[in-house]
Amino acid sequence: MANRMDDVISLGVGEPDFVTPWHIREACVYALERGYTSYTSNRGLPELRQAIAEYLTGFDLHYDPERELLVTIGGSEAIDICLRAIITPGDEVLLPEPAYVSYRPCAVLAGARPVAVPTRAEDGFRLTSEQLARAVTPRTKALILCYPNNPTGAVMDGADLAAVAKVVEDHDLLVISDEIYAELTYGRRHVSIASLPGMRDRTVLVSGMSKAFAMTGWRIGYAAAPPDIMDAMLKIHQYTILCAPVMGQLAALEALRNGRAEKERMVERYDQRRRLIVQGLNDLGLRCHEPKGAFYAFPDIRSTGLSSEEFAERLLQEARVAVVPGNVFGEAGEGFVRCSYATSMDQIQRALERMERFVRSLR
Amino acid sequence: MDQQRKVAILHLLHEDSRLSPETIGAMLGEDAEDVRRVIQELERDKVILRYSAVVNWDKVETSRVTAVIDVKVTPQREVGFDAIAERIYRFPEVRSVALMSGAYDLQVVVEGGHIKEVARFVAEKLSTIEHVTSTTTHFLLKTYKADGVIFDDQEEDRRLVITP
Repeated sequence: MANRMDDVISLGVGEPDFVTPWHIREACVYALERGYTSYTSNRGLPELRQAIAEYLTGFDLHYDPERELLVTIGGSEAIDICLRAIITPGDEVLLPEPAYVSYRPCAVLAGARPVAVPTRAEDGFRLTSEQLARAVTPRTKALILCYPNNPTGAVMDGADLAAVAKVVEDHDLLVISDEIYAELTYGRRHVSIASLPGMRDRTVLVSGMSKAFAMTGWRIGYAAAPPDIMDAMLKIHQYTILCAPVMGQLAALEALRNGRAEKERMVERYDQRRRLIVQGLNDLGLRCHEPKGAFYAFPDIRSTGLSSEEFAERLLQEARVAVVPGNVFGEAGEGFVRCSYATSMDQIQRALERMERFVRSLR
Repeated sequence: MDQQRKVAILHLLHEDSRLSPETIGAMLGEDAEDVRRVIQELERDKVILRYSAVVNWDKVETSRVTAVIDVKVTPQREVGFDAIAERIYRFPEVRSVALMSGAYDLQVVVEGGHIKEVARFVAEKLSTIEHVTSTTTHFLLKTYKADGVIFDDQEEDRRLVITP
């Protein structure tokens, strides 16, 4: 619907508004000029895996680029093949919700039974060990974590993760940790659950270039996992995908080698917009917890008396602002909407003005 | 407010001088009153000299001429290049003057309504200044990017309106 309307300001987009930095695009052009058009190793270009291994040491993560890293078609492929590699039909997979929309269908396609673990605004949408422990059954196989979180912007610090890790160890679970937003944290450094004692061997880390380097359309992601799980994932990958496109891999290599300054510039911008939109939403009467990562604000719209769907639809029809209703991210998202601040400052300010008029009209 | 925050304010204003202290305050997590006070200080200390718009004049005037002139001079005792630079920048048709390293000394940008106006300025005013030893005039044909702004009309946002 939103795509067919004119003059819509979209806060509904789940990707950076920045174009991939020019030096990265230029590296791809150069690769094509030199004739890099063939398959690569199934696991991905050795230089790229080496660069990823070095990059991950910045998060206290140490992986062998020969055996424990795999370049994938975005983080999405990594999630899919990981689930397919570890799931025996009937296994349960725990999904802290609100969650990114792909985990549940991927789990179902792999033969698993997805089990929602609600997280709450009062906890800053962090996963608590109590809620997690309550959801575990003898059939539970794995937990999918996504922090910094889409859609809530929540992050988990070392202590939060340690509490979760204990439950994971006690029940001998695996963790799929989608850390695609790891670079987008504000005023704090991202902590990976795989860096906690004992967790590396039971975690599959999924990440990629999309969010940190504004490279969504390139579809280059990666997985890091202990060798036994990685071997199983590699089997699926080599028969279904063969390898990620070589030119995208070379662009990713350039991003990891020389992309730090541009990345930091983008993160600074997101941070400024984040503060502006959070203050703006609170000012217009939609209570919004502080999102500490990713590029989403997740305001509480229950004070308007509308459901998430009603709010999003009427906001679009009456004020021409597109947001995503929180319930699409799971039941726990009902009563909230996702507002992406990966859009220009100007658009954010105009969207806030329109939303203020809309919210006032409801009262 | 520390120096780093002041620089952040300057960067934001340099990009969009119409941002209000309230907006800047929200963006940087500072109090609007503090931002207002810092901006006043920066204006008073002549760190911020003027608020202006970046204009693509090619879309408005067809006859406007801009010349970039390389000027070689003999520096003077005591005052070096400064006194000559001052004699040049006092002319209102001069848009900018900068001291350069390399093949020439001063880079002078001159604007005029017609090519003859600029030619006359170079011949009659600039090259006759004492200690100016030579000038090389380049006429600007097209501006692609200036002060960080790309002048070609950029394409609109190509992303889908809603993505997960």
